[in-house]
Amino acid sequence: MSKPSLTRRGLLKSLSVLGCSAAAHPLLTTVTFASVPGDARLVVLILRGGMDGLDVVQPVGDPNYAIARPNLQSEAQDLDGYFALNNGLADLMPLWQSRELAFVHAVSTPYRDKRSHFDGQDLLEAGTTPDAGFAISRDGWLNRLLQVMPGATGETAFAIGQENLKILSGDAPVSNWAPNTKLNLSERARMLLTEAYHDDPLFRGAALEAMELADLMVNDAATDAAASDEMQAMMRQDGGRSDNALAAFAADRLNHDTRIACFSINGWDTHRNQGGALNRALPRLAQSILTLKQGLGDNWAQTTVIAMTEFGRTARENGTAGTDHGTGGLMVLAGGAVAGGKVYGRWPGLAEADLYDRRDLMPTGDVRSVAGWAMADMFGLDRSALEGAIFPGLELGQNPGIIL
Amino acid sequence: MTQVSTIAAIRFGYGLGPKSKPLNKTELLGGFAGADSIAKKFPVNSTKVVLQQVLAMRRAKKAANQKPADRERYDATRKALKNTAALGLLQATARVLDTDNAFFERLNWFWADHFTAVGKNLATRALAPAYLDEALRPHVAGRFADMLKAVITHPFMLTYLDQVSSFGPNSAIGKRRNKGLNENLARELLELHTLGVGAGYGQHDVRQLAELLTGLGLSKKQGFLFNPGISEPGTKTILGVQYGGEHPNLEDIFSALENLAAHPETAHHLARKLAVHFVSDQPDPDLIKHMTKAYLGSDGHLSAMYQAMLEHPAAWQSLGQKAKQPFDFILSILMAMGLTGQEFLNQKNKKLQKSVNNSLSAMGQPFMRAPGPDGWPEAANEWITPQGLANRITLSVRVSKFFRDRVTDPGDFLRATLADAAGERLIWAVSQTEDTREGITLVLASAEFNRR
Repeated sequence: MSKPSLTRRGLLKSLSVLGCSAAAHPLLTTVTFASVPGDARLVVLILRGGMDGLDVVQPVGDPNYAIARPNLQSEAQDLDGYFALNNGLADLMPLWQSRELAFVHAVSTPYRDKRSHFDGQDLLEAGTTPDAGFAISRDGWLNRLLQVMPGATGETAFAIGQENLKILSGDAPVSNWAPNTKLNLSERARMLLTEAYHDDPLFRGAALEAMELADLMVNDAATDAAASDEMQAMMRQDGGRSDNALAAFAADRLNHDTRIACFSINGWDTHRNQGGALNRALPRLAQSILTLKQGLGDNWAQTTVIAMTEFGRTARENGTAGTDHGTGGLMVLAGGAVAGGKVYGRWPGLAEADLYDRRDLMPTGDVRSVAGWAMADMFGLDRSALEGAIFPGLELGQNPGIIL
Repeated sequence: MTQVSTIAAIRFGYGLGPKSKPLNKTELLGGFAGADSIAKKFPVNSTKVVLQQVLAMRRAKKAANQKPADRERYDATRKALKNTAALGLLQATARVLDTDNAFFERLNWFWADHFTAVGKNLATRALAPAYLDEALRPHVAGRFADMLKAVITHPFMLTYLDQVSSFGPNSAIGKRRNKGLNENLARELLELHTLGVGAGYGQHDVRQLAELLTGLGLSKKQGFLFNPGISEPGTKTILGVQYGGEHPNLEDIFSALENLAAHPETAHHLARKLAVHFVSDQPDPDLIKHMTKAYLGSDGHLSAMYQAMLEHPAAWQSLGQKAKQPFDFILSILMAMGLTGQEFLNQKNKKLQKSVNNSLSAMGQPFMRAPGPDGWPEAANEWITPQGLANRITLSVRVSKFFRDRVTDPGDFLRATLADAAGERLIWAVSQTEDTREGITLVLASAEFNRR
């Protein structure tokens, strides 16, 4: 067996001079020198489970809506005379009034027919077009955005929470962290562990990133830029695992050098007793958005929050006061950068002939176009980058003008 | 080449420890008969017992609502259910620590993940351990079709995927109460439990299967009950085969489950999942082919498929392609420390028990609470993230304090725990440690210990 190539004498020497960095990791070493790519901030929330857009922004002006859903009558407040907002999001009404909240209705990914959560979510995060010959790619569209963003560093984008978010996976370096994560290791133990991980790229990379991020959190907490006590307390909620903890952590990072943050919110698979289930899920979404706004302070003015889900649900209610997996759905947009107070999208109607597969809300727009135009306006990207690198095979279409 | 006994223990078991005896390929399958005795040694409450506890709690709640003095009795019934639920992780851990066949326990948890179901409230959470022991465990070495039938008729799965509230719209009760279908279980049954999402089924098959499954119901006292009064009458066509008629019965459902279990796409789906779980995130296609063939040639006997896996050379190559999931990581630690099941369950170890439970949540795998019916992710990079690894390292540090009296020499501990799986650099790093705790931390946090 061949010996490892490093010189042990050299490492032992450096072990005795504690405090020097174990290795130069591409993640954060460049941060000090690179300029942050602009002031615009993007937060993507992935709503896992298939949110029923029809119950969240209810087309009460469509006579077929009441017919399709005789038993799903959740309380709602008028938005624009045609659509009404489920009371589960009532806490967001002030944002609607101040035009910092918008919706895009009847949109979907290009995913069709099999209606699997898991393939649907994979495609949502990959941002590719399966029927145009592009396989569900292994990297995510937010990572491909970073690849074309001038000045992007490893700290520009944060994937937040315990899960490994596919939407941010890929060749561009990103930061992966969960609030309230600690790494209390002596400098010596760090060096030895780094040495032990040397031949395993997965462990080596994860450990170096963990060490640098743990240090970054400690350093930032010690500076003037640290979040308020209230926000710091939020980040520790439920061991750092609550939606609120993720939102508070995202806001804190976005107040530093981060410009893109992503986390997911579960609880949208409402096959039965949908009223009750949405009454639990929607306030969590509202609270996440409000925590972002509170935490971001003045930076909220440059922020766009995009919440998207893998698919909508059946137009008609099922036999158990719920809905089954469908196609066309809803996007929720919030932030000071959003041209809010409007329900965007082309309404296809709910007559049986207007439905997709005589079953689901017909998608009349692509979630990628909405996200694409938002990114174009926020980060100054041109159309070819969006249709080529970020969403290969997508035709962007008209700019809906969602960003101010 | 890593020794067969090392691979057997790490890839197909919960790792090496001072108590483990070296196993070879044949012995892995040989000890299945002993699986019953370990379950008897560390039992959990049956569905029948849990249902009684739930009824007692509901009665006590009613009483307490009328007479506040009865509040204490209500709290006691709740406590009993909580203990029943908590027994799941405690007994599972004790079984793994004391068993003579860790491979069987690994398989048990593989199927628990394949047929993921999650309790949504106290009453259903308390049913989780019974589900594993009643629907999965008896069939782990048996026929897949039998396991499928047991799962699809177990109250835990029926509740989780909403089947209990799905009524045939034209059934007697459905018409009277204006109730109808819920597609949830039917879709996951095709997509996750049998054929796999890439298989040739469509929305029509999902819908027809949902109609066929109506009738699977519950009684509050007995648990599973087939109720023809909620069954959709008429013939249903699934993948071109007709089932049922004017008089719905459970046999029609079982015959569909038999056919789905015998489907070549199901065989391939199961073989692939097993190979991914045990051997590699990108398994050798020939290994999958070999396992698929064994399954189809044996009337869907799972033992034949396991044997096919173990006899294939790919199962014994390149140790370390997988990362242990947090549950297996923690159990490997306890195994490496030589803890016995009884010791773990000892009252004195309450803190350790609690810490096992909390660490699972911190590392992203709360016990039996997967985020969806597709279970936990398999790929190593899903788990070895910066935040995930930080939590594993932090746990290793804590464990090194808790168990420091069990280890005298870090080098000996490394050899006993990883045998010939330890790499040169790890051996060197451990040799440089200045105290035992640092040595234990390095071994447990190492890539070699976290991989399999």
